[in-house]
Amino acid sequence: MVVTREAMLEPWEQPAFWRRLTIWDALWTLLAAVGAIYAGWFYRAEMDGYEIAILFGGALALIAWGLYWKPARLFTLAVALLALLALWRYGTDYESRKSVFLLKYFLESQAAFMWMSALYVLATVVYFAALFSRSEFVGQTATALTWSATVLGMTGLLTRWRESYLLGADIGHIPVSNLYEVFILFALITALLYLFYEDRHRTRAMGGFALLAISGAVAFLLWYTFDREAHHIQPLIPALQSYWMKIHVPANFVGYGAFALAAMLGVAYLLRQRAETHRPDGVLATVLPPLELLDDVMYKAIALGFVAFTIATILGALWAAEAWGGYWSWDPKETWALIVWLNYAAWLHLRLTKGWRGAPMAWWAVIGLFVTLFAFLGVNMFLSGLHSYGTL
Amino acid sequence: MSDTVTARKPSQRRTLGWVLLEFLGSMNLAITLLVVVAIASMIGTVLQQNQPYPDYVLKFGPFWFEAFDRLGLYDVYGAVWFIAILGFLVLSTSVCLYRQIPGMAREMVRFRTQVRLESLRGFHQRAEWWLPERASPGVLAEITGAFRARGYRWRIQDHGDHQVAAAMKGRYQRLGYLFTHAAVVVIGIGGLLDGNLWLKLKEWRGEIVVETRDLAARDVPPVSRLAPGAIPSFRGNIMLPEGSAASFVFLRLRDGFLVQELPFAIELKDFQVEYHATGQPKSFVSQVRIHDREHLGDRPLDATIRVNHPLIYRDYAIYQSDFGDGGSKLELRLWPLTGGRLEPVDIKGEVGGALKVAGPAGPLGLELTEFRLFNLLPEPGARPGDRKFRNFGPSVGFKARDATGEAREYLNYMAPVQLEGRWFCVSGVRARSGAEFVYLHIPVDANNSPERFLRFNARLRDEEGLRALLARAPTPTENPDFQHDLNQVRLNLVELFIQGGFAAVTERARAVVPPDRLQEATKLYLEILRDTLAEVFIEVLRAEGVNLEQGVGEREDAFFNDALSALATLPVYGSPLYLQLTGFQQVEASGLQVTHSGAVGVVYAGFAFLIIGVFLLFYTSHRRLWAWIAAEEGGSRLVLAGAGNRRQAEFAREFAVLEASLARRLGASEPRADN
Repeated sequence: MVVTREAMLEPWEQPAFWRRLTIWDALWTLLAAVGAIYAGWFYRAEMDGYEIAILFGGALALIAWGLYWKPARLFTLAVALLALLALWRYGTDYESRKSVFLLKYFLESQAAFMWMSALYVLATVVYFAALFSRSEFVGQTATALTWSATVLGMTGLLTRWRESYLLGADIGHIPVSNLYEVFILFALITALLYLFYEDRHRTRAMGGFALLAISGAVAFLLWYTFDREAHHIQPLIPALQSYWMKIHVPANFVGYGAFALAAMLGVAYLLRQRAETHRPDGVLATVLPPLELLDDVMYKAIALGFVAFTIATILGALWAAEAWGGYWSWDPKETWALIVWLNYAAWLHLRLTKGWRGAPMAWWAVIGLFVTLFAFLGVNMFLSGLHSYGTL
Repeated sequence: MSDTVTARKPSQRRTLGWVLLEFLGSMNLAITLLVVVAIASMIGTVLQQNQPYPDYVLKFGPFWFEAFDRLGLYDVYGAVWFIAILGFLVLSTSVCLYRQIPGMAREMVRFRTQVRLESLRGFHQRAEWWLPERASPGVLAEITGAFRARGYRWRIQDHGDHQVAAAMKGRYQRLGYLFTHAAVVVIGIGGLLDGNLWLKLKEWRGEIVVETRDLAARDVPPVSRLAPGAIPSFRGNIMLPEGSAASFVFLRLRDGFLVQELPFAIELKDFQVEYHATGQPKSFVSQVRIHDREHLGDRPLDATIRVNHPLIYRDYAIYQSDFGDGGSKLELRLWPLTGGRLEPVDIKGEVGGALKVAGPAGPLGLELTEFRLFNLLPEPGARPGDRKFRNFGPSVGFKARDATGEAREYLNYMAPVQLEGRWFCVSGVRARSGAEFVYLHIPVDANNSPERFLRFNARLRDEEGLRALLARAPTPTENPDFQHDLNQVRLNLVELFIQGGFAAVTERARAVVPPDRLQEATKLYLEILRDTLAEVFIEVLRAEGVNLEQGVGEREDAFFNDALSALATLPVYGSPLYLQLTGFQQVEASGLQVTHSGAVGVVYAGFAFLIIGVFLLFYTSHRRLWAWIAAEEGGSRLVLAGAGNRRQAEFAREFAVLEASLARRLGASEPRADN
């Protein structure tokens, strides 16, 4: 363990949490709080008590996120500025998206999603290039591309939120209501989770694999847009008109994103292990991320995914109790959520109590993605039920 | 199911009970059960649950239907074997808790001051120093100071030749295990209590019998009725027409139902469906009034129920779950399609009711099954992805049953529909429910009425009139015999056409003409037929008073072609009547779900446990530190070691900071690990 000079000189007493905060931390907190209060005041007529609670709960979560992980601040700031710019250029006319240059080519939700898609695919390629070229610069470029894509995607979602209200006050809703919108959310959350681990573990070696999952989502999104024209904003069916949607869906997608990330790291693990046994001196055995790192991050992602998925499923149950007359109806989506949960519960038991590591767990994480994917997509495609909002 | 291993003394006798506990609480069983529950749950998502039994018979055939029924696959989640597996999971988790709690508790309170030097040296995180000119008490004070500063609690034990300071932090991480696993047990038990366990129990004891006949609620015998409070949890449904009230709900069970009585009555004052401009439903709202003499006296409770906004009354929750027709009053005009005379009959009916009408070929039973105010359907001719919809307006669905008891289903739209720039009355027909509709498109006349077409059709079926018409018509020949033959041919062709469409005409040609002249003859037949039909059509137009001096206009021409298509469809349409919806008074019905959940509090407590548990389990860490100090000649030896059960990287960082600052304080800037 390398001990920095700062650590050596650290005073005996560890200062209290609030004493460790810097002026920047304070500024961040203030800015986020002021933003939330302003939004709450500005839209106070549109929100009920639950929604105000969600707004301030969300602001607290955002503050905590920024304090815990510094890059989140710059990200939030960039997204907020771009989204406000889009809102300002929109004014009150939905048709501005066709005439205002900045909107038409950049910030209108559809344009922003196209930029996001292109940048994610590019980032995937560049991450792999960085892996094989071992160039620091190429790696930095890949990271910058991923951040840019995520900023634009998030801006697009926020703009779309506004656009839905421009279409009609009774149409407006948070854009997490159908398969098209949640696929964008999925890409964004997976990217943010990956960027967090990249930053914390100071390595870009996992990037290509993580971005591969995102590129897959992008491919689906493009097909869904151009072949099925699923990108049009649709009014909400009555069952979805609830504040629960704002918390249930994002929580779920933290889970899905984390599981997808874990599966891609599982793929990297299996490749590296295979390379090490078959050709220990080959390129793959040296450039792929080390096994311990993959194993560690895979566990962390699954643990995080499990926590998020547990919360999301419980939120879903509470919503179901309000919408469908019971917290559990054995509806196909509910049942598959349970299956996903049980699957990762078994995975975590094996790892934490039986101490399993290595290839079997990597395989399981990869298979887990298929289970997750079925819960997320397959149920909507092949099964019917109460939860069939996102048919293809 | 924990990561601490409670060692059993080998001397303990292996009784049967112990072996059973060992098995039930084993990790392998737990993981197996998790996977088994996951796989068993899949069945119910692949096989649609709780559908009408005849549908299953159709789908699987009698053998597999029976087999699946025996396995309870139509209600998997209520099947005894499935509940048994869930119960087993709960039992296994309970046993695990029972066995692990003592060890966990010890782990939380014991400081392990008995630790040996060798085991400390085996730790991943460790440091060892030789501290010249430092006495143990001073070193110990520095160390406990460091422990305190980092929020650790500690115990010191003097072992004579050495002292051990054992410290720990974050012991509540261990509660994470307790909370998550207790949550599984609590949710499991709560869920079982809220399921249909009580119904099964009552059924098994013979107290209730599932009603499988199609009876009105008031005719259901007492043995299929449940008094209020008879079971603690249920989910029932009722369809209430506007203006009516009910104090019971139906509980669906397998292929039948039970009547659950409520301690109050629900009256539906009004039901509203609001639509978006695009035609999609925006809201379903029921205005209800609760009558409950015991609790409300003479002042009933008025409430609004919407999707996502149930009414909670006493311990009952009332949800908006469905909607339908509550007996809309319809005005209908019956047009005969088969006879030679066009005399429409106006009748009135109610959705859900049956009518007997006199058809041209005997009495016909009409069962009015549904009325819809809006029909939002994909734009005709649009690709599936286009998402273009059109509201086709009000429609009536009905079954027409002939004297033999055979029925066809019809779906008629009230307003003419524009297709390819022309307007039609549209009626769909199918021989059995579930099949695709075949549509009859009747072109409408200038008054937006199907009357002209129907008149044309009737004219073709009036043989006497037709014969007279042909006799009057200008002829291509002077020969009266030939003229007579030709007219007969024309009559025959019309007859063939109205009985079997164009197909019947070509069929006849194939039957009577030698193959080498078939093509030519068929063409001739169709030309003659078309000329004849055109003559009749012109006669219809003339009778209507259409000015034909300029010849037949473009619109009439298009009408004629559409009329031929419709005439050709009539044989498939199969009804002796065309039923036109001329007026309606909609009566809506609201589908309400009433639930009573006795164990919801238990389950929600389990949810809270689960959330607290997963956070403690994954995001806190139970950390231990040990300092082993021995006085040696001219100084002290200090060994520092530690471990955390989660978040190892963070612990390693903390340990490194601790190690460095201790070294600085104790004047051993070069950590030395001799021995």
